Amino acid sequence: MPSLGADMDAGTVVEWAVAPGDRVRRGDIVAAVETEKSVIDVECFEDGVVERLLVPVGTKVPVGAPLAVIATDRSGPTDAPSADQQAPAPHPRATPPVRQFAKRHGLDVADLPGSGHDGTVTRADVRAALEAPAPSPAPAPSPAPAPSSAPAPARLPITPYARRLAAERGTGAEALRPGPDGVVRARDVPDGPSASAPTPAREVVAPAEEPPPRATSDGMRAAIAARMNRSLREIPQYHVDAVIELGAALEGLRERNRRAAVTERIVPAALLLVAAARAARRVPALNGHWVDGAFAPSPTVDLGVVVSLREGGLLVPTIPAADELTLPEAMTALRDAVTRARAGRLRSSDAVDASITVTDLGETGGHAVHGRIFPPQVALVGFGAIVRRPWAEGDLLGVRPTVAATLTGDHRATDGVVGGRFLHVIDDVLHDPEEWS
Amino acid sequence: MTSVDPATRRARELVRAGLARVAPGPDLDALDDGDDFRDALELDSLDFLSFVEHLARSAEVRIDEDDYPRLRTVRDAAAFLVAAGVG
Repeated sequence: MPSLGADMDAGTVVEWAVAPGDRVRRGDIVAAVETEKSVIDVECFEDGVVERLLVPVGTKVPVGAPLAVIATDRSGPTDAPSADQQAPAPHPRATPPVRQFAKRHGLDVADLPGSGHDGTVTRADVRAALEAPAPSPAPAPSPAPAPSSAPAPARLPITPYARRLAAERGTGAEALRPGPDGVVRARDVPDGPSASAPTPAREVVAPAEEPPPRATSDGMRAAIAARMNRSLREIPQYHVDAVIELGAALEGLRERNRRAAVTERIVPAALLLVAAARAARRVPALNGHWVDGAFAPSPTVDLGVVVSLREGGLLVPTIPAADELTLPEAMTALRDAVTRARAGRLRSSDAVDASITVTDLGETGGHAVHGRIFPPQVALVGFGAIVRRPWAEGDLLGVRPTVAATLTGDHRATDGVVGGRFLHVIDDVLHDPEEWS
Repeated sequence: MTSVDPATRRARELVRAGLARVAPGPDLDALDDGDDFRDALELDSLDFLSFVEHLARSAEVRIDEDDYPRLRTVRDAAAFLVAAGVG
């Protein structure tokens, strides 16, 4: 059970998307797990063959408990189009808090298998290692096992997740073909609506046979309350703000969007996100975690993005290594993360611990937001609505689009001057098209 | 009630179907054709972009960013589509 958020202790497996004998690749969705906040699609972190599922559907297990055994095939031919010749980018094996957590328990993260993004070792991996007295159940590099020597676990014609996917995708029952075990699973649901289905021009939200397994808003409110109470109790916070002029930046975006197809247009929120991520890289004192009375900088900028949900509440998916994204990549990452959050279906890669978080009220929101830090992070960046304000340039007064950028900092880790520098870097990035275009 | 020409009626349906893709629910049912739907439905920029995406595809018209100001109400958006040849 991966840790899908700093405040998660346990999760319930609500769906297996794979069965023993299935070949999986890194990044494939293998299971859906329900936490108190939402349902999260768990991605596989290595290539191999599913040997055994250890946790039945409906079972709640603590973070760190193994969910399945995957036999990796290191000897197998690599038919993946990924550039295997390239040496993998040097990636830190663990964030400093996890490294310290491991060290406190006499472990070295270098010795542990990593289940996190790009194989990083997560807190859950450390816990798993602590709980496993025997040498960790390293999946033996075995040839593909004979397909399902065990009896198929369930004889349902269709799993609930597959049924919901089919409803969402407009797939008719006639288009569903069960897998080899006679069960229709998520992967058996075609991507598009069935050919016979009418054009979904007036698609309504089909009343599926069961509501999507979305966590109750009570659970989400409770989770937000717990995290914000902790923030208020533990963190002495300071606030700095700056109004940033956006005339040239928005003109640049408009110019670019004028030539672009709708699907390639970029919204200002994506540009603000890029600016915040680059600023976090250039002011590392605000990018990391407060652990055991000390600041541990994060080697990567893993940007939490606050997404408010239509029905109330919020989710904070993480965009990993956001400072390395180009503007179009950031736009795609933002749109995908927001879409998944609003659908109540985050993925495990959305749930890596963020090193700093951004909240953007959007154009219909307030003019400025002074948010609370998500512990154990040490900073939160806020953007208000983009509004036209009187703007002095030299001795001339004009009217320009502007945004109020704010920074909430952890006063134990930094002082206001660092927060001010951060906002200044955001301003610099936004005024330097070379940085983002 | 004044009779509405078929092109406008179809355009209006396309606009409402596009809105239903991004913000289904009671707010949309209660939305008047003259209301500013970005405000009434609290659409953020990503919601609006996917609305434009759906609308451009279903109506088979090109919608540029410069056209966005004409997509504030159902009535205006329908008129925009009719002017673009929908119907």
